[in-house]
Amino acid sequence: MDIQVRVWRQDGPSDKGRMVSYDVKDISPDASFLEMLDVLNEKLILDGDDPVAFDHDCREGICGMCGMMINGVAHGPERATTTCQLHMRHFSDGDVIDVEPWRAAAFPVIKDLVVDRGAFDSIIQAGGYISAPTGTAPDAHATPVPKADADAAFEAATCIGCGACVAACPNGSSMLFTAAKVSHLGLLPQGQPERDSRVLDMIAAQDEAGFGGCTNAGECTTVCPKGIPLTLIGRLNADYRNALRKG
Amino acid sequence: MTKAPVRKPVPATRSTVSLKLLMAVTGLLLVAFLFAHMTGNLKLFVGPENFDHYAHWLRTLGTPLLPETWYLWIQRAGLTVALIGHIAAATILARRARKARPVRYAHRPKVQGSYAARTMRWGGVIVLLFVIYHILDLTTGTVNPAGGDSEPSARVIADFAPGRWYVTLFYTLAIVAVGLHLRHGIFSAVRTLGQRSPRGERRARQAALVLSLVLVIGYLSVPFAVLTGLVG
Repeated sequence: MDIQVRVWRQDGPSDKGRMVSYDVKDISPDASFLEMLDVLNEKLILDGDDPVAFDHDCREGICGMCGMMINGVAHGPERATTTCQLHMRHFSDGDVIDVEPWRAAAFPVIKDLVVDRGAFDSIIQAGGYISAPTGTAPDAHATPVPKADADAAFEAATCIGCGACVAACPNGSSMLFTAAKVSHLGLLPQGQPERDSRVLDMIAAQDEAGFGGCTNAGECTTVCPKGIPLTLIGRLNADYRNALRKG
Repeated sequence: MTKAPVRKPVPATRSTVSLKLLMAVTGLLLVAFLFAHMTGNLKLFVGPENFDHYAHWLRTLGTPLLPETWYLWIQRAGLTVALIGHIAAATILARRARKARPVRYAHRPKVQGSYAARTMRWGGVIVLLFVIYHILDLTTGTVNPAGGDSEPSARVIADFAPGRWYVTLFYTLAIVAVGLHLRHGIFSAVRTLGQRSPRGERRARQAALVLSLVLVIGYLSVPFAVLTGLVG
């Protein structure tokens, strides 16, 4: 299939950037979106042009490295799918596809489609840990966890930190990411000692990084490749209120 | 390596989540007032005298413990404080949201979110302008054809007379704006206050829809009853 991509090209953080059109011919419908960009880049290199920079790593949908706005939707038109797992068969021959980086003040563009997601690291550093005694590993059944809690914590823990929630949010908020991390640890007995300080510190780090606030619009959960539910934001809010009350 | 611009640390009381809590509490307080106000309005269907009697009772409410009209002024002060808190928090959050996305998307379809959720901010501004007009119209009577010295029922009946269909139209649009604001707002407030189960979410969305519809129908019934000659 032949398509045209309009890609955001930006030489560096201080460059203004612009959309540039490229024709990509003879793409297999079974190629992934990133493979299509690989084909484009090979052509650009052969032509002596600068290849399009984009983040990727595992290409199995589990690492969280890839991610771009495809026709204005984070990770493209397929639900619960990362960009690397999106295949060209979901597009039609002759389509014009717009590709842009995540847009957020907290995610500055480094080059083309690559953004710096270090702001997520600062949120994790603020509270994404538990205090555990070091030494030999405890017995697996030493701390019983109710099955329902384990399942809910695991669901939250599937967040791969790709940043699609921020990219899709009309407020540029990272609430779904932060809520997933707060819930993942807060649902488990090991996460209880820091439960209050965690939610306060992670929200403070989120605000400090320049993310917006949540308006419960729900854009985040619809584009989340892991389907992190919006209800976790309610859990974060409840934890935050409890922590505020305790001072 | 580029670094995202780090903003000043925000104290917990002014974090985005705390500001949303303030909006949720003040918003729900204002919704409670809307229901009380609607109940009063519906008394017009019992009769204009009943409606006027209720309006006068509001001025003597709390007496003899409180001097006359004191209760009303305490309520007005409370509502004004809630309204200012709601708008101030909304303004701060809207500014933070704007700063959070300095470069806009070239291609951005109107996606998943509901119309009500997308129009909260401008819808809120429209509702505020309506509230100002509404007070000048039916509370002070400044822009009302019957004037400020008339009975409340006379003001309402003069306001929505068929010849002034444009006033009824304006009220209708404003009430629909309130309904849309609350359809997302009530759900959002409940979520902000910590609602976190999928079943609770379904209930909160249904409750927000039903409560908004009840308010829209309740509030629109009076102007349309006057317009069609059912009342007055």
